[in-house]
This record gives sequence, structure tokens and C-alpha cells, in this order.
Amino acid sequence: MRVSILIFLLMLPFGAAAQGFAGLGSDADGFAVPERGQALAFPRDHGPHPAYRIEWWYVTATLTGANGRDYGIQWTLFRSALAPYEKDGWQSPHLWMAHAALTTPERHFVAERLARGGIGQAGVAADPFEAWIDDWRLAGPDFDTLDLRARGMDFSYDLRLAAQGPLVLHGDRGYSVKSQDGQASYYYSQPGFTVTGTLTLPSGPVEVTGNAWLDREWSSQPLSEDQTGWDWFSLSFDDGTRLMAFRLRGGRGDFTSGTWIDADGTAKALPDGLITVEPLNLTAVAGRDLPTRWQLGVPDKALSVEIEALNPQAWMATSFPYWEGPVRVIGSHGGKGYLEMTGYD
Amino acid sequence: MRRAAIACLWSHWSRHPLQLVTLLAGLALATGLWSAVQAINAEARSSYAEASAQLGTGRFDELRAASGPIPLARYVALRRAGWQLAAVLDGRMPLPGGLVEVMGVDLLSYPALPAIEETSDIDGIAPADALLAPGLLIARPETARRLRAQVGLPPVTLSQNLPTGVVLTDIGTAETLLNRSGEITRLLILPDQPDGLAPLADLAPDLVRVQAEGRSELARLTDSFHLNLTAFGLLSFAVGLFIVHGMVGLSFEQRRGMIRTLRALGLPLRDLTWLMLGELLLFALIGGTVGLALGYVVAAALLPDVAATLRGLYGAPVDGDLALQPAWVALGLMMAVAGTFAASAQALWRLSRVPILQAQGQYAWSAQGLPVLAQAGIGTLLICAGFLALAVFDGLVAGFVMLGGLLMGAALLLPPLLSLALRIGAGFSRGPLSTWVWADMRAQLPGLSLALMALLLALAANIGVGTMVSSFRLTFTGWLDQRLASELYVTARDDAQGAEIALWLHSRADAVLPIRSTEVQVSDQAVFLYGIVDHPTYRDNWPLIAATPQVWDAVAEGRGALINEQMARRMDLWPGDAVTLLPGWTLPIVGVYSDYGNPTGQAITALPALLERVPDLPNTRFGIRIDPAQAGDLRTELADTFALPPQALVPQAAIKASSLAIFEKTFVVTGALNILTLGVAGFAILTSLLTLWAHRLPQLAPVWALGVRRDTLARLEVLRSVALAVMTAMLALPLGLVLAWALLAIINVEAFGWRLPMHLFPLQWLILLLLAVATAVLAALLPARRLRRLPPSDLLQVFANAR
Repeated sequence: MRVSILIFLLMLPFGAAAQGFAGLGSDADGFAVPERGQALAFPRDHGPHPAYRIEWWYVTATLTGANGRDYGIQWTLFRSALAPYEKDGWQSPHLWMAHAALTTPERHFVAERLARGGIGQAGVAADPFEAWIDDWRLAGPDFDTLDLRARGMDFSYDLRLAAQGPLVLHGDRGYSVKSQDGQASYYYSQPGFTVTGTLTLPSGPVEVTGNAWLDREWSSQPLSEDQTGWDWFSLSFDDGTRLMAFRLRGGRGDFTSGTWIDADGTAKALPDGLITVEPLNLTAVAGRDLPTRWQLGVPDKALSVEIEALNPQAWMATSFPYWEGPVRVIGSHGGKGYLEMTGYD
Repeated sequence: MRRAAIACLWSHWSRHPLQLVTLLAGLALATGLWSAVQAINAEARSSYAEASAQLGTGRFDELRAASGPIPLARYVALRRAGWQLAAVLDGRMPLPGGLVEVMGVDLLSYPALPAIEETSDIDGIAPADALLAPGLLIARPETARRLRAQVGLPPVTLSQNLPTGVVLTDIGTAETLLNRSGEITRLLILPDQPDGLAPLADLAPDLVRVQAEGRSELARLTDSFHLNLTAFGLLSFAVGLFIVHGMVGLSFEQRRGMIRTLRALGLPLRDLTWLMLGELLLFALIGGTVGLALGYVVAAALLPDVAATLRGLYGAPVDGDLALQPAWVALGLMMAVAGTFAASAQALWRLSRVPILQAQGQYAWSAQGLPVLAQAGIGTLLICAGFLALAVFDGLVAGFVMLGGLLMGAALLLPPLLSLALRIGAGFSRGPLSTWVWADMRAQLPGLSLALMALLLALAANIGVGTMVSSFRLTFTGWLDQRLASELYVTARDDAQGAEIALWLHSRADAVLPIRSTEVQVSDQAVFLYGIVDHPTYRDNWPLIAATPQVWDAVAEGRGALINEQMARRMDLWPGDAVTLLPGWTLPIVGVYSDYGNPTGQAITALPALLERVPDLPNTRFGIRIDPAQAGDLRTELADTFALPPQALVPQAAIKASSLAIFEKTFVVTGALNILTLGVAGFAILTSLLTLWAHRLPQLAPVWALGVRRDTLARLEVLRSVALAVMTAMLALPLGLVLAWALLAIINVEAFGWRLPMHLFPLQWLILLLLAVATAVLAALLPARRLRRLPPSDLLQVFANAR
């Protein structure tokens, strides 16, 4: 009932008890669970999947202002279902939460929105694509051409996104495994948007250009009971290649997974163990120590880079707090990207 | 020396325990009544504050529709324009034993409430339980018991963090419970709004923004009620201090010789004064503590009735339980101490001027008051100032200032008037004894005047309040007969059933009068707008207090509106003025009707005209006209046919009874305070007579020596006391009537918004007169008895001791 509990439900609700029984495709509460081999279909799968417990539409962008300064923005819409059915009105079991952030090298602005499903305050339509909550919006005629906007008390942004390549399916054709126990989600991305638009800061508006990365993921049981948090990277290198990589930290050791994306959009899954991640520097953020400088390697791809936060204080002080912000990449490959870290208490 | 002085001072009290008891009792009475009223007020106010905190009301501005509910789509549209709002659906749900208030909030966006926090900490309650059907109700245990007794309601969880009679739930559950799908009563404007939003006035011109501090209707109405109580408490306090004044004066008088001796033995005046002050402080604390205990008991006894009144009259959430608050204890003791010193100031001042060597004068201790003419002048001035305040300022406080001036001025005028009456009376006296009696009365007057003032005030308050209460009851009963003309009142489950019932009744009842209303905002105040059909029930019965010619034709044709007296007085709207009921709909006011017991404004116009503007007016309530003999059968038949619960079918008599019960309770408190005040006044006379006793002997001894027997003297004592009381009562009558007029025409109008016609009740006055006489007799009996049994040697000694 308390908002923080709701958020907890939204973010980390499902332990081992929620495992699917192979072949039946649903968990104990009647939610559907992802199954290997299910083909994703578009534009249908851009829309919501009410049979699954949790789902998100997640945009991050690394931007450069006309003034030459670096910026980053985040826009996320979460759907969380209390029960696996649809209903109109206040008693719809679907709850929506959104986070927007704008990061500069010195400042980090955050806003949050919550909404009940079933009344039209928030939702997603697949075709023509629109995802919205209050006046925040990610919408376009189609998934390749999107307008993105959000605003908080002291910032706002209004951006145009144009896809430069194909969608990328992670894992096994979009079936992305999250633990040694086999928990999984459906996961695909559009990693290659070019971005133009305006950021509005307390100091005034800034025209920006850059690149955006859109993640789509839905599941009913994304984590194992022993898993306490994750470190997630989306990196765009100067040579046009890209890398999505995450590490799930657990009592039985780390579980890594990722996708190597060639400049032409060809994707190759990187199963557990092919990625090395090592925190280098800890920064005191919001009363805890967080690694804001990393060593990341993919030996198969001759990748060995150092990753550093643009603003180490990119703390998302939302109902369920976490760290998310833009990063710079140096080493064997140069580039930019985004880092998300959860579960550091 | 100091120790000896203390022992000396104390010896007086051990020799006069009755004086000590009387002094402490006076203090306890003064503090007790005052504290009782304060406790009741504090409890009620803390209940309001607590309810406000528990429900999160009064913290944020709100949006309300000018009329009717806000559609869900409007909320979503405003949200999608970026405004951060929280939706609330308020309503009332009938339960056996009365309505409960349902407050349905969007649990996701409503600011954190203690009851929600508490509930979310309970193991085994998940968000889904509260947000999804059937939902979860949160209520106090008393309310929860009533909810659980009903079949078919969602599960109930307990929370102490809610006012009694309130059910908190999610807005989705409230929709189902109240059968008001897609409706929102109000939208909270949350504090953190994004930058650069389009103004609400542009986005939603039809919604009214109500400021958080502007929603004080409840506070304003109840403030008047509490001010009423405070005024009565203060009156009792003042009357109680008369006793203290009398007793302190008496004790100082009797210790005059001892004081002289102590001073002559070398005790500095300063030390003596400090000792006396210490003594008074001690008494003030003891009397104050006893008074607090008394006040607590009185408050605890009265609070349930006050709470019932506040709930019934204003819908104000007040518990019947009394909590002991430290501030209340401190304030009560402070009042006791301050009151004691104020009442003893005169005595202390005289103490400083006791001549050490000079013999005591023959006049009574307190015989040296203000010159009579000056006192009369000040009294007249006070009365004039009071009326001036009323003429210059408006409002309840001005009303009380006027009453204060009137009462104080009249009290000051009493001794001069009595003196004048005695002078005239002396002119008619025949024979030496009767001449002596008149002269003696005048001589005694200064010593008795304070007590007589107390009696005057108590009698006047009794006449005034009695007249008000009786006028009210008479008017209200007659008004109820007019207003509740329908024999049976029925409430349908929903509009569809309402239509069915109306159709069904068409052939069975003489008339079916729909009761359909919507809430509108007039001058930023909530007003309930009713649409009525044209029927003789209204034309013949409706209690109009001001009207234009052909008023009912104008209403029936939708050309005019009636408004209730509260609204007329509050907004100063009268026949001939116009009122804007809805944006773009202004009607001339054709009449004003009395509407006792309703805190809010109300307006009436033709139903068809209202339906044109508000088509979705709920249609669930009806008044049914039928031969009273058949009403019972019809009720049974209706209940059977439509499966209506008993509370949905209310006969006229039941409504009348419950309305009268609320009003009876409203005056329980004033009645109780009234009787106590009179008791205190009687006590004051007794103490005054006892004070005078010491001086009576030198005055009585010569008369006795001249041959008047002691029992004759004793009878004359009683007679004298009665004569003074009767004269005081005579003067109290006009004062009381002026007081009643002020209460009815000024205080009630300000406090409740209605003016009552004044009725006179001579029988009540007679009873009061007898009560005053009885009080005087009782008070004089003790000194008279003493006199009758006085050994002649004591009287002789007067001549032996030339003091």
C-alpha cells in the first residue's frame, strides 16, 4: 500500500517461488513466464503484455550541446501488474511508474510519476506507437521515429529520435536468461537512434544532438532469490560497434550476459562468463559507496576498456532508488554509454 | 517571628474551618466550570486537528466542480496536461445506526496518511488487497464493528488513525460502495508541480480552485459554538470569584485585630504581605486542583452530548472520550491563581493600610466602595460601550462584547438602583422598627452588593438562556411540522431503481416528490441546489420568512430561486437580489426560508430548469405523500417489493424525533451551566452574609437592647435577605429579556445563521423568582439561626467592649 512498497513490487518482486514450471508457461500467481523459442512479433510486441508481471520501455541518450558540453537523459516507463488480467477503471491491476532524469557533469535532475492503469492516465499502444504517463510521452508514427518528452520541477526535455539500424534481439532471439536457475525475460533493443532536440535546464534551454538507446523488456520472474542487484552497461563505440552487458550479483557468484552489436546491426549473444567486469573506484553517493569507474572486457572481441561516470552523483532518488547516468569509455575502444547500478545498500 | 506569624495566620483557619471550606469551594467551582468548558473545547479542537491530519485535509488546495461531480475523464485530461493531482471520491453510506463518511482516495497518488502507513505495515495485507476488488476498508474499531455487521461489504482493517464514523478506502472501492462509478468529488493539487504548466483556469475553467485555508466552514461554524461555551465558562468563573472575594474579605476582616497585633509586635508589613500572598497562593493551588478534578468530571459527563451535537449539527468529527492535556492543567491552575489574586486585591490593599494603633471603625470592612453616583455612571457607560461595539463591529465577538458590557454595566448599576429603591421604600415606612429595617438594609447594601450582582447575573443568564432555548424548541417543533410534510421518505439504491420506485408509487401514493440536488459553489462556498416539482406540499407548508408576491409560481416556472436563511444572511442576499447558481445561470431570489439545523447554504428552484443544466442529477430520494393511516402498509410493501433495507425507508416521525434529539442535546450543556451558575450565586450570597455577620452585632445589639427579641431580629434578617433578592430578581427580568433578545437576534444569527422569533414564558420567570427567594432564604438561614441562638451575653458584650 505504501508507495515504497508498491515500488518494491514493481522492481524486485519475484523470488524463486515465482519460477515457472517448464512447459506450462505460468507461475503460481497465474502470470505468464517467458519461454525459449517464442518468436517476437512487431509492432505487436512494442505494446504492453498484461499477462506478464513486469515490463518496461527504457530510453537512455548521450547528448552533446551546441555549447560542446556533455549531457545524458533517461526516460523509463514501468508497468507492474498486481494480477494477470485487464480491467477498465480504478481497479485495473496494472500500475505504472516512470522516471525521467537529466544529467550534466555537475548536476543530476530526477522526476518520478505514478499512475493507475485502466483510467487512461498512463499506458502504451503498439501501433501507432505511444507510451505515456501524465504529460510524459514517447510516441511516433512508428517505432523508428519517436518524439520523447518529460518534465520535472526544474528541468524538461523534448527530443526527436530517428532509428539508424534494425532492432536487436538479446539472448536467444529475444529470450534473455538472467540467472543460473534459468530465470529469463523477453528483451530487445533499438540501440541506434540519432537524437536532436532541446534540454531545458534552470539556466535556460540547450540545443543538443547525440545518440539514444531504447530497451524493451518484460517478464514475470527476472531474478533469482540470491541475486541482490545488477550492473548494466549500454555502450556505443566510436567505430560504430555497440555492447550491451550486465552483471547480476548473487550469493553464488556473478552472472554475466551481453550482446555484441556490429556496426551493421548484426547481434551476437555473449552468454555467462564471456564478459569481465571489475569496479575500479568507489564514490560516496547518497550515503553509500558505489563503483563509478569500471574495467570491462570482452576477450573474444579484443575489448578492454575503462568506463567512467560523467557525473558520479547520478543518483536516482526515486521511491526505489538506484544509480543511473551517462559514462565515457576509453581504452581499446573509445565511446559513450549509460550505466545502471542497483542493489548497493 | 515568621514562624509564629505563620502559626498565627493559620490558627484563623483552624478556628473557622467552614470559611476555609467555602473559600476552597468557591475557588474550585470557579476553576472547575471554566476548566470543564476549556477541556471540552480543547478536546473538540484537537479532534478537528487530528481528523484533519488523519485525513490530510486542509493541507492542499483543491479543485471542485461548480456543480456535481468531476468526471474521471477530466482528471485524466488534467493529468495528461502535466498537473499533479490526487483524486478523491467522498460520500455517505447508510448503515444501521447512522451514516458513515466514505473517503475514497487514489492510494497511489494521495499524500501519505497515517492510517495507510499503519495498514501497510500489517503483515498479510498486500497492495493488491487494497487496490483490487473487493478492496479494503480502513476504519476505527467502533466504525469497523458496524461495517463488519453488514453483509457484502469488503474486508475491514482497523486503524486508530481515523476519526470516528469515517471509512477510508481506495477510490476504486469507494466507487463500488457508493455506486458512483467514474465520479470524483475533489482533486488535491499536490505540492510539487512541474515547471511551465498551462494555468488551471485555462485548462479547467469550470473547476473551482478552493484554497486550503479557505475551507474553514467547519472551523467557522464550530468556532461560534465554542465561543458560546467559553462565554458561559467565563460567566461561571466570574461568579465563582465572587465567593472567593467574599471569603477573603471576611477572613481579612476577622484577622484585623491579629494583624494589628502582629504588626505591633514588630513583623514588617512586607513580610506580612508576603506571608498572606503565600497563603493565598497555597489556597489557589489547592482550590484550583480540586477545581480541575471537578472540571474533568463535568467535562467527561458533558462531552458525549457536545460531541453528539457537533457531529449532528456540523458533521464535525469529535470523540466522546476526554484526554487529560498538560496545557489544560497548567492553564486551569493559572486561572485559579490569577482569579484568587484578582479577587483578593482589594483585601490586600487594605491590609497595607491597617492602622497599627488606631481603633477599628464601626463600618463594615467592605463598606467603602465607589461613590454611588460614580458607579452608576460607569455602569451606564459600559452598557453604552457594549452597544456601540455592536453598532461599529460585526460578528460574534462584537455580540459578546455587547453582552459583556451589558451584563457588567447592569451589575454595576444594581447597587445604585437598589439604594434608590430602598430610599423610596423608606418613605413608606411606618413606625420606628420598620424605619430601622429599611435604613439597616441600606447600610448593609454595600457589603451585599457583590453577592447581589452575582445573583443578578445568574438570574439574567437563566432568563435569557431559558427564553432562547424555549423559543427555539417552540419554533423548531412548528418548523419541523411544516418542513417534513411528506409521510414517508425513501432512498433507492441507484437511479434505475429510483425510476422504478417512482413509477410503482405513481398509482399507490397521493404524490411522489423527488428530492434531487447537486452541490454548487456560490461565492466560493458550497451550496446545495435542489430541484423541486410544483406541488401544494411546498406551496402550503414551506416555511418562508421573506418572499415576493407569487413566489411559488416564479419557482415553479424556473424564473426564480428560494434560498435558505443561512445563505441569505451569510451572503446578504434577499428577495430582489440575484444569485448565480451555475456559470451562466443567474436567477432572481424570490424567497428565503428558515432551515434550522443545517450548517450549509441551500437553494431551491424548479426541477425541469435544473435538469436542463445538470442532466445527470441523482434520482434516488423521494418524499411520499399518502394518507398517514396507510403509510405503514406502504412502507412494508415498498420494502418487500424493492428489497429495500429499513434505513432506506424512513417515516416522518422518525426524522422528527432524531432532529429534536439533536437539538435537545445542543442545549444540555447550556442548561447544566445555567443551573450551576445559579448555585454559585446563592453560595455568594451566603458568604457575603457570613462576612457581614461580624459587623452585625454592634448594629443589632442596640436594637435588641431597645426590646426587640432575638427571634424577631432573626426573622427580620431572613426577610431582609429575601427582600433584596426579590428586588434583584425584578431587575434581572428586563436584563434577562435583553439578554435573550441578544442571544436570539445577534449571537444565534452569527453562530448558526438563523434568527428565531422570541417567545415569552412568564411561568419560567415565576419559577426563577421562587428559586431566587429560596436561594436568599437558604443563604440567610444560617446567620439567622446563629442570631436566634446567640447568648444575650454576647450582645451585652458589645456595649462592654468599646472596640
